[in-house]
Amino acid sequence: MSTRQPVSADGAGASEAERPGPVDAVGVRHPWRWVAIAVIAVLAAMFVHLLVTNDAFDWAFTLEAMNQNLVIRGFLVGTLLTTVAAMLIGVAGGVLLAVLRLSDNPVLAGVSWVFTWFFRAVPRYVLLTFVGALGALFATGLSIGVPFDFLLTQWFGTPELRLLTFDQQWVYGVFGGLAGGIIGLGLSEAAYMAEIARAGILSVDKGQAEAAGALGMTKQQTMRRVVLPQAMRVIVPPTGNEVIAMLKDTSLLVAIPVNIELFFQLGVIRSRTYEVVATNVAAILYYLAATSVLMVGQYFLERRFGRGFGTRTTARRPAVVPGAGGGGAA
Amino acid sequence: MSGQPLVVARNVSKSFGHVEVLKGIDLEVQRGQVVCLLGPSGSGKTTFLRCINQLETYDGGRIRVDGDLVGLEERGGRLHRLPDKRIAAQRREIGMVFQRFNLFPHMTALENVVEAPCQVLREPRAQAVARARALLERVGLADRAGNYPAQLSGGQQQRVAIARALAMRPKLMLFDEPTSALDPELVGEVLAVMKELAADGTTMIVVTHEVAFAREVADEVVFMDGGVVVERGAPAEVIGAPKHERTRTFLARMRAEHRA
Repeated sequence: MSTRQPVSADGAGASEAERPGPVDAVGVRHPWRWVAIAVIAVLAAMFVHLLVTNDAFDWAFTLEAMNQNLVIRGFLVGTLLTTVAAMLIGVAGGVLLAVLRLSDNPVLAGVSWVFTWFFRAVPRYVLLTFVGALGALFATGLSIGVPFDFLLTQWFGTPELRLLTFDQQWVYGVFGGLAGGIIGLGLSEAAYMAEIARAGILSVDKGQAEAAGALGMTKQQTMRRVVLPQAMRVIVPPTGNEVIAMLKDTSLLVAIPVNIELFFQLGVIRSRTYEVVATNVAAILYYLAATSVLMVGQYFLERRFGRGFGTRTTARRPAVVPGAGGGGAA
Repeated sequence: MSGQPLVVARNVSKSFGHVEVLKGIDLEVQRGQVVCLLGPSGSGKTTFLRCINQLETYDGGRIRVDGDLVGLEERGGRLHRLPDKRIAAQRREIGMVFQRFNLFPHMTALENVVEAPCQVLREPRAQAVARARALLERVGLADRAGNYPAQLSGGQQQRVAIARALAMRPKLMLFDEPTSALDPELVGEVLAVMKELAADGTTMIVVTHEVAFAREVADEVVFMDGGVVVERGAPAEVIGAPKHERTRTFLARMRAEHRA
């Protein structure tokens, strides 16, 4: 708006009344929000009504099922422990595979590619069924020693050179139980984590490795101290997804078969009592609880590895106002 | 030994695919000297600088730092490329400052400076921290030790990067356009630190567009264009009274940009 009074550059010529005051404007209305709220309120009410009035939800029985010793043990061992152990194998293996894949050595890069190709191609249920039956492959047992020593024996009559021999029962015992399940899920996870870790490593600016190299750091030191910590910022969020997916995939342990597992144990109760809804709700509640805890953990991990990025990070020590301490060098 | 030049480059050449970026560069840098490389972008000066600490391998010629061949070894009458570990060992003696600072963003300023002495030289942490604080003070950033790079201005980041390179006690400092990524008002603080280093007798090779800095600080100015050295000499000659047309054109353009 123009004013007829002359206004000098510093505004001193304008009287107080003509200078615009605070913006006291009416906000934009959002009528559709209210419509959405109404619709959702009705749907929520219907859902609560269903939970409370439908007799198929036998809440007392659900709680009782959740409280069974075998179910609790199944949750702790078959679900939680397996998730943690398989993810440890998966993350360590995935980072290793990613480093191999990005190495200058074409053989190692090839090995990493083949591993990823195989374990991503095989469905976890199929893989676990196969791992559980691995004993069938080792009818004569599994031994550690000189490779192809039996051929040498055949050709040259040298004695067989074996340090350690496990019989078939041992192989069945290990791979046909919890250990087999953890190894199977862990290797499968490593294949997925390899791609996540590779994306993370590639996301780090090339100048970082150059700067570390120029300081005389070896490739290993550069990877461990400079590249991986920064890659973690990109790696952690999708890894959170992977942990949650793994938590749910532990229900596939039945393929091994492992019976100290949450859903298997609830299945036992289900087939004994025909309480289909209550046992499934019990399982859902367990998975919901575990996932919620994991999400909290992920939040803290993301904060840890986000150090130094974004504007919300604060200095370790009380910092002076930026720009105040400029050129002391001059 | 001390009478010998610290850096001797002879007939250094380098190609990226079919593009020849360096066509036989010769350079000698005496101990305590400051040599400035000037030239238009694409002239090969940055590539040459990166060859000195093996961030690029050179295809022809030889580079020696303090008598040692860089990145190569003569054994049994043949040249052998050095494995990564030996190259890392050679790089410890050569500090480098980058155009884009390349500070480690997940570490504070202090941690950036402490990192290499601790990891590479295995210096005790307390000692490395004490030296790092002294170095940060020297570049005027004692009060910024706890800040992450993202919380520092470009000029401050570059000064931390200089302190980080100095922490390895290098024989030679390489500067790759250290002020080109800075806002104009921040250039001065970085150049001031570099002038101090030069005054303290640090051997420096500086790729720069700061003609005034080169004129004031350099012992020798080398003007490169198209992968060759066009002209070299004392700053008063090369900048004050250039003999070659290409040098004159370049300097005239730099001055015009500076005034604009």
